[in-house]
Amino acid sequence: MAEAHDYKAIGTRPVRPDGVDKVTGRANFGADLNLPNMLHGKMLRSPHAHARIKRVDVSQALAMDGVYAACAGGDFPTNERTTDLAKNCMARDKALYHGHAVAAVAARTPYIAERALDLIEVEYEPLAPVLDVDEAMADGAILVNENLHTNGDASKPASNVAAIVKFERGDVEQGFAEADVVVEVDCRVPTAHQGYIEPHACTATINEEGEATVWCCTQGHFDVRSLTANVLGKSVGEIKVIPSEIGGGFGGKTIIYLEPIAVKLSEMSGRPVKMVMTREEVFRATGPTSATHCRAKVGAKRDGKITAASAWLAYEAGAFAGAPVGPGCMSILAPYDLEHFSIEGHDVLVNKPKVAAYRAPGAPQAMHAMESAIDDLARELGMDPIDLRLKNSADEGTQAPYGPVFPAIGFRKCLEATKAHPNYTKPKAEGTGRGVAAGFWFNIGMQSSAEARLSEDGTVTVVEGNPDIGGSRASMCLMAAETLGVPYDRVRTHVGDTESTGFCNVTGGSRTTFATGLAVVQACEDIIAQCKQRAAATWDIDVEQVDWADGQAIPKPGVNVDANPLSLRDIAKNAGRTGGPILGRASVNAQGAGASFSVNFADVKVDRETGKIDVLSFTGIQDAGTAIHPAYVEGQMQGGAVQGLGWALNEEYIYDENGVMENAGFLDYRVPVASDMPMIDTQIIEVPNPSHPYGVRGVGETPIVAPLAATSNAARDALGFRIADLPLSPPRVLEAIDNQADA
Amino acid sequence: MSRVHVTLSVNGEPREMLCEAHQSLLDALRDELGMTGTKEGCATGDCGACSVLADGRLVCSCLMLGVEAEGMDITTIEGIAQGSELHVVQRKFLEAAALQCGICTPGFIVAAKALLDQNPNPDETTIRYWLAGNLCRCTGYDKIVRAVQDAAQELAYEA
Repeated sequence: MAEAHDYKAIGTRPVRPDGVDKVTGRANFGADLNLPNMLHGKMLRSPHAHARIKRVDVSQALAMDGVYAACAGGDFPTNERTTDLAKNCMARDKALYHGHAVAAVAARTPYIAERALDLIEVEYEPLAPVLDVDEAMADGAILVNENLHTNGDASKPASNVAAIVKFERGDVEQGFAEADVVVEVDCRVPTAHQGYIEPHACTATINEEGEATVWCCTQGHFDVRSLTANVLGKSVGEIKVIPSEIGGGFGGKTIIYLEPIAVKLSEMSGRPVKMVMTREEVFRATGPTSATHCRAKVGAKRDGKITAASAWLAYEAGAFAGAPVGPGCMSILAPYDLEHFSIEGHDVLVNKPKVAAYRAPGAPQAMHAMESAIDDLARELGMDPIDLRLKNSADEGTQAPYGPVFPAIGFRKCLEATKAHPNYTKPKAEGTGRGVAAGFWFNIGMQSSAEARLSEDGTVTVVEGNPDIGGSRASMCLMAAETLGVPYDRVRTHVGDTESTGFCNVTGGSRTTFATGLAVVQACEDIIAQCKQRAAATWDIDVEQVDWADGQAIPKPGVNVDANPLSLRDIAKNAGRTGGPILGRASVNAQGAGASFSVNFADVKVDRETGKIDVLSFTGIQDAGTAIHPAYVEGQMQGGAVQGLGWALNEEYIYDENGVMENAGFLDYRVPVASDMPMIDTQIIEVPNPSHPYGVRGVGETPIVAPLAATSNAARDALGFRIADLPLSPPRVLEAIDNQADA
Repeated sequence: MSRVHVTLSVNGEPREMLCEAHQSLLDALRDELGMTGTKEGCATGDCGACSVLADGRLVCSCLMLGVEAEGMDITTIEGIAQGSELHVVQRKFLEAAALQCGICTPGFIVAAKALLDQNPNPDETTIRYWLAGNLCRCTGYDKIVRAVQDAAQELAYEA
C-alpha cells in the first residue's frame, strides 16, 4: 500500500459531484416527486400514550368527497410473526405512545386528507402509561407489553425490561478494594431527536400484478424494500425502491414508517400515493434516541492507575424492545485498558415512541456518565485529565471490553495531540471552565456491492447502493480515481436503486466510506485486471507481463515488446475489438471496520444570573484512519460536535403527565443555531486501518460521543460543582446554582 | 372550494397560479408552479429551509400565503444563479464543503445572498445572527459561515 503522502486523489478536497444540483435547488429530495393522478396520504395518530383500540371505523372518512382510500391495523397481515416494526407502522390492538399511527387516508389533496382524519372513528380504552425508565423497571410497574419477558425467559413474570446485557472482566470488587480513590456519578439524560431537517416522505404506486415502486428518502433502500415487504406480506422481488436525495438521517432514516402504508393506500385506490410527515409527526412518532439513567464508578491508585470501573445503564426503548444499550455497554469503557470492570445494561419499554438509531447509538449517554466520572477522578487525584487518560489508555493489543483485541488504533495519538494543541496549552480565560472527554465508536462493515463501468471515452461510472448523506459520492470518486490512476473528474458516482445495483446495507454505522469504498476499490481493480488482459492481447504478450501505472497499461520492465502504453481511454475506445464492454464488479462483506477514537475539549462560560452556558471554543481531535476527503471528515467532526453540544445544552423531549410531548416543534425543541455556536476547530489524526486498502476508518459517528461529557466537565470546571444530568439548559443550571447557594 | 388567481413574478418571470386560500406560498411554489427547490423542514417558520425573497425581503415562504404574493417579485433558489453562472455564494458553498445532506442549502443560500446584498462586508457575528433563522443539522455551521465569509471577501475584491 502506498504511503499517505504518495496519494494523488485521496486527501484532496474537490467539489462533490452532486454539489451543483444541491446549491441550485435541482436535487430531488423525498417530498419533491409528484406523479400524475397522485393522491396524498395522511396518518391518524393516537391521542393517548397507552390505550386499547376497541374499534376503528373509516367508513365516514371514505364517504367524504375527494377521499379514495382508508386503512387501519386490520388491513395489514397480523399473526405471530408480525414484527414490532409492523406494529409501529400501524397499531393493531393497542396504541403504545402518543402519536402512534392507528389509521390512514388518501385523498385528492393533503388538505382533504387532513379533514378526513377527523371523520375516522376510533374507540379507545385508555390505559395508564408508564413514562420513565426507573418507574418502568420498578416492581409492579404498568406493563407496556404483557407478553414480554426479560431476555425471552418466559419462566419469569412479564416485565418492561426486554433485555439485560453484561460485560465483565476480572474481579471488580477486588479492583475497587485496591483503589486509593473511588468516584461515582449518577446521570440522567432525557430523550433527544436526530433532528434531520427533512421530514420523512415517500411516494408509492402498485400495479394490478402487485408490483410496487416506492420513492423515498432513506439511509438504505434495500432495507426499505425488505421491511416494507415484511409489513405487507409481500416478497422482496415485488418491491422496487428508488432512493431520493436524503435530507439528513443520523440513523433515524434506517427504518420505515410510511412506506407500507402508502403502498397499501395505493393498492386500495389504484393511484399513486404520496405521504409527507409534518415536523410535529417527526417529533411525536419517529426517531428519538433513548432517555437514559446511568451510574458510573471508577477507582484508581494515587498515581492514576485505574484499578476498577463499573457501570449500570438503563435505556428507554420506547414502546418496543431495542434500545441501543448494547452499543452503550460496548463503548463506555473502550478507551481504557482495564483489568477489572463490570458493565450491566437494561433495555426498557416505556410508552414513548420506538427509539431509532441516532449517530453512535447509545454511546453518548453512556460515555457522558463514565467520562464525567473520569473527570472527577482526575480532580480527586490532582492530575491533568489527559495525563490520567494517557496512563490508562487502550492501544494496539488491548482487549476491548466487548471482546476483540484492538489492531492499530489512534487513541493515544489523539491524547498526545490534545496536550500539544494550542487551544489546550493556552490558559483558559478568567471566569471560564474547560472540560475534556474521550469519544469512541466501534464502526461497522457489513455488505456492499459496487460496479465500475468503463465508458467508451475512458471515463468511469461507479454505481453503488448507499444514499449519499454527506459527500460519499465524492469519496467514492476519489478512491476510484486513486485506484485507477486517473483524475477525479474522469469518474462519476451514482447511487443506484434496488434494481440497478447490487445489495448494500444502510448508510449507517459509519460504514459507507469503509465498506462500500472497499467494494468500489475492488470493482476498479477488476477494471484494471481486465484492461491488463486487453493490453496483453493487443501486444501479444502474457498478462503477467503487463503493469498498470498512472491510468495506463505498460509492459513490465524488461519485457521485450515494442509497445506504447495503453491508457484507459485507448483501451475503452478499442474495447469492442478486444472483447466487448469492460465492467468491474465487486461485492463484499467487509470485516475489520477500524474503531474510531476522539478527544474533545470545550471552553465554556456560565452566566450565573440566567443559567445560560456559552461555548467559547470547541476542539475535536479524531482518528480518521485516512481522510479520503478531509473537508467532509472535518464536516462530520463539526456537525457531530454541534449535535452533541445541542444535546448537552438544550435538547430534550418535555412530556406532560399523560405522556404527551409538549415541545414537538423546532421553536421549543431547540437545536443549535448559528449564533449559538463558535467555529469548531478540528484536527484529523491518521492511524490507517489495516483492514482497508487506503486505511479508512468510519468517521461519522464518533464526533457526537464526547461533546456531552466535555461540556458537562467544562461546566463543572466553571461552576465549581457538577450538574450530573443533562441538558445543561438555563433553568436546570440556574436551579443548581440556587441550590448550591442554599447548601 | 374556489381557488384564487394570483399573478406574480418568480425569478424575474411573470407567472400565474391558482391557489387555495389557505395555501402557503411554499406549497404554492412547490405544488402549483412545480418549483421544488424551496424546501419544507417545519412549516412553522422555525427552520428557514423555505427561505425566499419577497420584493427583495427575506421571508419564510411557509409563513406567507400564496395569495399574499399577488403582484410581488419572488426570488427562489432556482433564480440565484445567472444563466450558467453560479452566484458566488453557491460557488463558495461548493468549494468550502458547506453542505452535507443539502436539504437546508437552498434556504441558506437565499438567506446569505440577501445578507450580502445589503451588507457586503459582514463580520462573523453578523453572519451568525443573520443565519440564525436557518437550521442546519449536518455541518455545525462552521463551513457555512466560512463560505459566506469567502463570498464576501471575493465580492469585496471584485468591487
